[in-house]
Amino acid sequence: MKYSNFMEVTFKALSVNEGFARVCVASFCVQLNPSVDEITDIKTAVSEAVTNCVVHAYPTSVKGDVTLRCELEGDLITITISDKGVGIKDIEKAREPFFSTKPSAERSGMGFTVMESFMDDVQVVSNSFGTSVKMTKKINAEQSSVAGF
Amino acid sequence: MQIKSRIHNKVLYVLLCGELDEHSASYTRITLDDIFDKPDFEKIVVDLSELSFMDSTGIGVLIGRYKRMKEKDIPIFIANPSSHAEKIFLMTGLYELMPKIV
Repeated sequence: MKYSNFMEVTFKALSVNEGFARVCVASFCVQLNPSVDEITDIKTAVSEAVTNCVVHAYPTSVKGDVTLRCELEGDLITITISDKGVGIKDIEKAREPFFSTKPSAERSGMGFTVMESFMDDVQVVSNSFGTSVKMTKKINAEQSSVAGF
Repeated sequence: MQIKSRIHNKVLYVLLCGELDEHSASYTRITLDDIFDKPDFEKIVVDLSELSFMDSTGIGVLIGRYKRMKEKDIPIFIANPSSHAEKIFLMTGLYELMPKIV
């Protein structure tokens, strides 16, 4: 039977919580013995997803919740970051490199591109009740393939 | 985020220490603009050797500073990026605007 574990935390959509989310996921994933590069990939992807919630999900001054769920199944990490905000109007457009709805605010528009580059798979579901970004990454994938397993 | 700067031989060296994300972006923008407003240099080197984390928000901050200094014809160079920052720079083509120096 495969090893499995999960954790879930909910926090307010404030930028100060981005570092917390990164450290939280990194600490939880350590039990799979990832490489430093893998942990940095995961932290960066989480940071991008949480930043999207902080910047875009709640446009008024009243900030809602962000829920971060991390599931481990064997050597597979699944991270889901969800909010109850206004949603993304055009997901395909939002996933295009350099696309930003706020270019005047010096946004690079590379958030989803970074998530896609650093994780194995990224799925986005969004409607007017909120957005959920589900990302997966297999840990030690490179070492396993080198060893022939 | 802590930002240190010094000018040597008409080169402004800026050292970014800490994490560059959405939370620190505003402070980083304001502080860099303040430092870049000094008149006594001809080029800028942004040293990332003490930057422990950066996501794509950092790219937005750097490109914003590049646009500002381009108006003054002052080039910006990147020094000592981590391998991870380098991945993001290569992905976004940042080095075409701010070349890496060794």
